[in-house]
Amino acid sequence: MSNVTADNRISVIRRILAEHGRLSSDANTLDPDADLYRAGMTSHASVNVMLALEGEFDVEFPDHMLKRGVFGSIASIRAALDELAPS
Amino acid sequence: MMAGTLGVGVDLVRVSRVAESIENFGDRFLHRVFTPGELAYAEQAPALAAERLAARFAAKEAAIKALGLAEQGVNLRDIEVQRAPSGQCHMALHGSANAAATVAGIQQLSVSLSHEGDYAIAVVVARSKEIPNT
Repeated sequence: MSNVTADNRISVIRRILAEHGRLSSDANTLDPDADLYRAGMTSHASVNVMLALEGEFDVEFPDHMLKRGVFGSIASIRAALDELAPS
Repeated sequence: MMAGTLGVGVDLVRVSRVAESIENFGDRFLHRVFTPGELAYAEQAPALAAERLAARFAAKEAAIKALGLAEQGVNLRDIEVQRAPSGQCHMALHGSANAAATVAGIQQLSVSLSHEGDYAIAVVVARSKEIPNT
């Protein structure tokens, strides 16, 4: 994957977290490894984030990825997207 | 502590947030999270649909906590709230959620739902075996 693509993905993830994650921190400045649940994301908000990511990237998260850790940080979300939609 | 009790989970959900999810994502949200039976019950009373679904969402999350399934990768539709004509609710597990509960030795789940205003809450107790009512 090119760095440009990776950066774009991070940007999109940040935008979706800002729109749907209901974080108490600014999604645009959050460390990629910061714990999103500690930043205020509820389990319900994580479902909204998942649905928004699926719409944005035209992917579907399979059942085995529907776990807390997959949506636990910007970095873990990017890793999951890279697995679902290699670029 | 009762003999046989293995786990308890609780979850609190804002009804208005569930209504927002329905508005934002429509059927994708509804059919990703809820079973046909849960949706049918909610649709019986459109004015109460969001709070009924919020309580069921809370029950699913409470069950994940009670069963320790947060990192198992579970489809929320595999954790179902079923409602008897009497109004009593119980949890039914399907698919991978059922398999994980079986491995963990869970034989019985109890659920209690409540809502007030914009909040819905659910508590789930997971037990390793039936405990006689005394």
